[in-house]
Amino acid sequence: MNMNSPLSKARGLGSAKEGAHHWKAQRLTAILMLPLSIWFICKLICVAGGTHADLVAWLQQPMSATLLILLLASLFYHMALGLQVVIEDYVQATGVKITLLLITQFGSILFGLASIVSVLLIATGA
Amino acid sequence: MVEFTLPENSKIGTGKTVTAANNATNKKVFKIYRWDPDNGENPRMDTFELNLDDCGPMVLDALLHIKDDLDPTLTLRRSCREGICGSCAMNIDGRNTLACTKAISDIKDDVKIYPLPHMAVIKDLVPDLTHFYAQYASIKPWMQTESPTPPIDQERLQSKEDRAKLDGLYECILCACCSTSCPSYWWNSDRYLGPAALLQAYRWIADSRDEATGERLEELEDPFKLYRCHTIMNCTDTCPKGLNPAKAIAEIKKIQVAKGA
Repeated sequence: MNMNSPLSKARGLGSAKEGAHHWKAQRLTAILMLPLSIWFICKLICVAGGTHADLVAWLQQPMSATLLILLLASLFYHMALGLQVVIEDYVQATGVKITLLLITQFGSILFGLASIVSVLLIATGA
Repeated sequence: MVEFTLPENSKIGTGKTVTAANNATNKKVFKIYRWDPDNGENPRMDTFELNLDDCGPMVLDALLHIKDDLDPTLTLRRSCREGICGSCAMNIDGRNTLACTKAISDIKDDVKIYPLPHMAVIKDLVPDLTHFYAQYASIKPWMQTESPTPPIDQERLQSKEDRAKLDGLYECILCACCSTSCPSYWWNSDRYLGPAALLQAYRWIADSRDEATGERLEELEDPFKLYRCHTIMNCTDTCPKGLNPAKAIAEIKKIQVAKGA
């Protein structure tokens, strides 16, 4: 039975002294993705009628590969931050929450890295 | 925790119906949430058909007419009857507001009245606000200073411009309409401070005379205390005083980033 005073319950464990960085990173990645997504979609439309070789040639240009990697990094980082918020919002049981957070954070890193490595492999013609 | 259905003992049944006299011409139906902790029954909706000629223009007038003349067991908080005490906050016509400043004529259909959402109910329209008030106390809502208190014939000076920064903040009456309209507060009120306490926290952060701004900001930087706010803006939408808690919270978030920049 919890007989803590109301103030003790309200104060809980005190401030975690974090959250500002998460909030800033979520907004910065969103802002970064706006021009990058427009650029990527425009490029896709441009190469829509082309051959596989055209697309590979485009990706082998240093700036194309760099911008695409930047877009993928922002995307997966943003995704990880967003999923964390959703889980913290809706899951309260500590065990389930930590498990889901680990799965989504590791999953974001795994798929983010895999996509970046894929771009690098194409870009280097490996 | 997220709850999409009501627990079995919170499911609402149909209660009694009281009809107005046949010769009444200005009739209006009020459906009111009732729950009595002493009889072990589920909550119910009682229906009262009122003759509006018998009561004043506001929803609070109708509730007091019911309590005085039809059913003295109806339980609600009220005090000032002019929107300054915040006691009669409840959910009227699907929206959190003050019964004393909500005109009956603004409501087209039957008037449905519930206690503030997602709070434990003490009885009928009276929610348990213990935790809400404790959260307010936790943000230390008083001026904190280290500079010596000015002599008795002087005061702590504040420019007109700095005083103006408190407009839209100091008017909050802590009625809890905003916090109890916020989904983030519904799911995580054990840790999330909610719009009311955060607006009050900003009221002291924005006060030029306060000397604990840094400590206040540090205390608030927390994924749950502050950052459960996702700018849903139900708080601003529902505030019966026309204040903007969502903006106050956004200002705190901006200062938290500026602090590290």
